[in-house]
Amino acid sequence: MTSEKPVNHSIVVASEPSAIVEISRKILSSLKASKFGQEDIFAVHLALEEAFINSIRHGNKMDPTKEVKIDYSVTLDKIEISITDQGNGFKPDAVPDPRFGDNLYKTGGRGLFLIRSYMNEIKFNESGNGLRMVKYKGKSSLAETQTPPQS
Amino acid sequence: MAAIKPKISVQYTENATVITFTSEKILEEKDIQSIQESIMSVIEQAERISLILDFSNVKFLSSAVLGLLIRVSKKIYERDGRLSLCSINPKIYEIFKITRLTKIFDIYPDIESATEGLPKSD
Repeated sequence: MTSEKPVNHSIVVASEPSAIVEISRKILSSLKASKFGQEDIFAVHLALEEAFINSIRHGNKMDPTKEVKIDYSVTLDKIEISITDQGNGFKPDAVPDPRFGDNLYKTGGRGLFLIRSYMNEIKFNESGNGLRMVKYKGKSSLAETQTPPQS
Repeated sequence: MAAIKPKISVQYTENATVITFTSEKILEEKDIQSIQESIMSVIEQAERISLILDFSNVKFLSSAVLGLLIRVSKKIYERDGRLSLCSINPKIYEIFKITRLTKIFDIYPDIESATEGLPKSD
């Protein structure tokens, strides 16, 4: 039965890549129960995977003793996900745009861009080790509307 | 005990080698590493490979797969080979498009058109 009240969850996991599998399943299941469409579910799934990998790889440096906290809340209209690692944080604005110049040929550096493209809102905490992202049901994300800026 | 399903299947045709990803979701680092090792092994067995990567089974992937593809393409072009991608579903294609990787990869709708786009063997 679809709940009209926000479904709030908080989970703490170790910095293991496989730890996202069960959490992702639960979150996507909540989205389906709240009648989010396939486009939204795909977007959230992608952003969640990218954000989690960034947290464990760049934030926690793959240290298995460090943890990642994932909070999420699903309503009929939106999902909010917060991911916080135990790293020192970083400056999101300093991450180069992966679409241009030599960056296009690099093997990494696309995760944050994809998160920004597929979620409707993202915001980092002051230190940069915590990310809050929001997807509104049925609302076009940047991926669908943005055209690349002129190089 | 359940059999472990290979992450790729390889088909050798007259003009190309076709590698098909067998998984619907390509996410976990260990799987991506395993796939990379398998693909690189296929590349190294050929002198100048014409490789087609078939995404017909893939419904979801992470940006780490994009990195894998760039590493694969660099290896192929170092060996004077050719690389094409094909059968990418619209949601996955959107990822290629917004990251502008459509500018550096040759992407075709299916294996047949990807094969036609490759140079004929002698």
